[in-house]
Amino acid sequence: MMAVGSPVSQAIASGSASDMAPRSIAWRRSIDWAVRVFATLSACIGLVALTWILMTVCLRGGQALSWRFVTQLPTPPGVPGGGVSNAIVGTCLMTALAALVGVPLGLLAGVYLAEYGKNSPAAVAVRFAANILMGTPSILIGVFVNVLLVSPPLGLGHYSGYAGAAALAIIVLPVVARTSEDMLRLVPDTLRESALALGCPRWRMTLDIIFRAARGGLLTGVILAIARVSGETAPLLFTALNSEYSVRSLNEQTANLTVFIANKGQSPYVDWQQMAWGAALLITLGVLSLILFARFILRERKS
Amino acid sequence: MIVEQLQEDAPQKSIREAVNAPRTAAASPTQPLTTKISVRSLNFYYGQHQSLFDNNIDIYANRVTAVIGPSGCGKSTHLRAYNRIYQLYREHRAEGQILLDGKNLLDPATDELQLRKRVGMIFQKPTPFPMTVFDNVAYGLRLHNRISKQELSGRVEAALQAAALWDEVKNKLDKPGTALSGGQQQRLCIARAIAVEPDVLLMDEPCSAIDPVGTARIEDLIDSLRANYTIIIVTHNMQQAARVSDYTAFFYQGRIVEYGPTKQIFTNPTQKQTEDYITGRFG
Amino acid sequence: MAGDIEAHPGLPTPTPLSDYDRTGDVARSRHFGDLLFQSLTSLGAVILVAVVASILALLIWKSLPAMQRFGVGFIASSDWDPLHDRYGAWPSIYGTLVTTAIAMSVAVPLALVTALFLVDLSPPWLSRIVGTGLELLAAVPSIIYGMWGMTVFASFMQRWVEPALANTLGFLPLFQGSFNGMGMLTAGLILALMVLPYICAVSRDVFRMTPGVLKESAYGMGATTWEVTRDVTIPYGMRGILGAVFLGLARAIGETMAVTFVIGDNRNVATSLFASGNTISSTLANQFNEAAGLKYSVLVELGLVLFMITVAFEIAAHLWLRRLRNAGGR
Repeated sequence: MMAVGSPVSQAIASGSASDMAPRSIAWRRSIDWAVRVFATLSACIGLVALTWILMTVCLRGGQALSWRFVTQLPTPPGVPGGGVSNAIVGTCLMTALAALVGVPLGLLAGVYLAEYGKNSPAAVAVRFAANILMGTPSILIGVFVNVLLVSPPLGLGHYSGYAGAAALAIIVLPVVARTSEDMLRLVPDTLRESALALGCPRWRMTLDIIFRAARGGLLTGVILAIARVSGETAPLLFTALNSEYSVRSLNEQTANLTVFIANKGQSPYVDWQQMAWGAALLITLGVLSLILFARFILRERKS
Repeated sequence: MIVEQLQEDAPQKSIREAVNAPRTAAASPTQPLTTKISVRSLNFYYGQHQSLFDNNIDIYANRVTAVIGPSGCGKSTHLRAYNRIYQLYREHRAEGQILLDGKNLLDPATDELQLRKRVGMIFQKPTPFPMTVFDNVAYGLRLHNRISKQELSGRVEAALQAAALWDEVKNKLDKPGTALSGGQQQRLCIARAIAVEPDVLLMDEPCSAIDPVGTARIEDLIDSLRANYTIIIVTHNMQQAARVSDYTAFFYQGRIVEYGPTKQIFTNPTQKQTEDYITGRFG
Repeated sequence: MAGDIEAHPGLPTPTPLSDYDRTGDVARSRHFGDLLFQSLTSLGAVILVAVVASILALLIWKSLPAMQRFGVGFIASSDWDPLHDRYGAWPSIYGTLVTTAIAMSVAVPLALVTALFLVDLSPPWLSRIVGTGLELLAAVPSIIYGMWGMTVFASFMQRWVEPALANTLGFLPLFQGSFNGMGMLTAGLILALMVLPYICAVSRDVFRMTPGVLKESAYGMGATTWEVTRDVTIPYGMRGILGAVFLGLARAIGETMAVTFVIGDNRNVATSLFASGNTISSTLANQFNEAAGLKYSVLVELGLVLFMITVAFEIAAHLWLRRLRNAGGR
């Protein structure tokens, strides 16, 4: 790379060699200017897309929304009225059950990674597994749970809300594990040492001190994970499926908003499409308000 | 004997020693005294807060000018006006004139990219870019010029030679710049700055993050650079100011209290504040 | 009491504090509590690993019949004939790769310059608004993207974007043929919109972590904002940016509902991006529930292929990041 024995001080002294010509400042500035414009425009793209999507959902969904819509069961095409009460109940139940199972397990795994495993080979393997699971497309979780809980020989032979909740819990698990690990790691080691120095056992130290110090971050992570799964469709397609009837038991096909949208939205009937938009508005409002709530909590904790 | 040694350790004494220490012939300022930069009624604001008040100073070509003063007195702020680096921040604003070879560089018509090519800057911490040693030094050359490979490597080598770093890194040119030691990184930054052949070098406490051995080498380097560059160095270390500089400006609360030949400032200051600061009574 | 201590030879001998503290019951319950807690957390970790292992095991087990029938040729074959039980995965793999490639080539540059805008160009108040908007965009459920894509965005593509592309770049085989708004291009662009906020959010955080003095010294060399970003900020945050890109890639490659709604469900392997097609996940979404027998196995094998693709990317990302770290160039 380096020319051997090149003239040293001469090179610095010689002002303008033919091998070197100044670049045009105007050209460099116009490139810079072009990138700035491009950057500003692309920042707008995100905002425009968000506004466009939200406007579409609000305008089309708003027409469907009424008291009847959230309290009644769906009706066949052509029959006026009808609502999605069963789907609201089903989505809430399955999400809650998934959170009930997935969040504690995820927290435990997160505590293991941050407090016990750290950089041991076992922890590296667990972390790798968590990354794989986070990167696994959610429809594959649906296929997996279908094989395990729905289709014979392993499964019961019928779709069920429990299977849907299981699929959602599997999605919650790695997200909570990794975010809680990150949040726990942010707690300085001096806090751990001073708790242990008081004679506090390790489990009390973790639950009382570390969890309290990381409370805001943990809560935010959990809410974000729940918000994400509550809007999931693909993992429910092969597990909970959908139902026209009210939710009596999770041990059968269970109505839910997202699969309802997928089915009715692609149907040729205008009034069903209308209902799909109504359901879309409900799920969007639900998910986005959870997200904003999480942001709010995070900001409160900071200030 | 013991008493003498104790006296030598006292700051005033050692600064005098440093001022009077003979320079090497090569480094002594032989060029005639010409003004390189004239600062006229420079005021500086951080938003509503004014941090420089009516600064007036003439910086001489091919001399080392030291800027000293207590923390927060505005010496770095003053320096950062010379290459308009403060413009990166919305709230920062300078008023007045800074004439570089007679042209006001604060004038919006002055192109700041060209300006920064002529006025290089070295920062408190070494700032090697995330690239190899070679590419670090080549950076400014590539930025400002279309340049052949051969010419480029010649100039990179020359800059590293001039920064007294060549022998230490000639086998590490393709290693990342961050792999060098702190002192080497700072000399790499100096090489990077002088590769584009600036007229002026601004140094903002260049040794504050460097160990004593590295500091000594950088001071030697500054001494040898004086022949080709106008150097302005901000330092909180008065021994350093006395050792390396020809002229010294003392800043206090955003004003230039006293400015003159280093020897005079350190041995016979005219202002009480300067004397108090140099003798360690405050700051 | 001494016996208690000897009963746990692996544990350090407790320093005597007070008589109260040295009672055997307390010591034993403490050790028990710690042991129980550590076992519980390990259980959480074990379940995590077990889930991943059983996903792999069950997918392989269920796809065995299809593997035995078609062998490796399954991946390269374009057959899809349920009547004669002949199936091939190539159209789905092709569609998955093409839509992902479109998504990434649009989203990565946009996300990087948007992050640049948020960190270096925009005033703080605007940066906050755009940041929140992107966060919400990332949170919109994928079924909503599907509905919006099918009813609104597809007709926008048909009316404006696709004619414009056909007129200007129509000499390329990629932009030839008829178009109706549905197809791989539309699916790829919606995917780009979905992964953009992910990549942007991480890049923004990475850009913010670049030390100010490093940027200042690049500006001090006379570099423009774009030059500083290109030469200093992006290389400095390369690890984080690559991580973000892989995150977006994983999401784009397996995204189901948004793609299923707009890709047109066709088993062609077409050069034109206007053409309809299918991806692995859209095929699963459309056909898995009705499948039985060999077709069920075929679809599970498709899922296995998708799983292996994402795992391969995960491993590649892992190795690449480690190499970058070892290279020391950050």
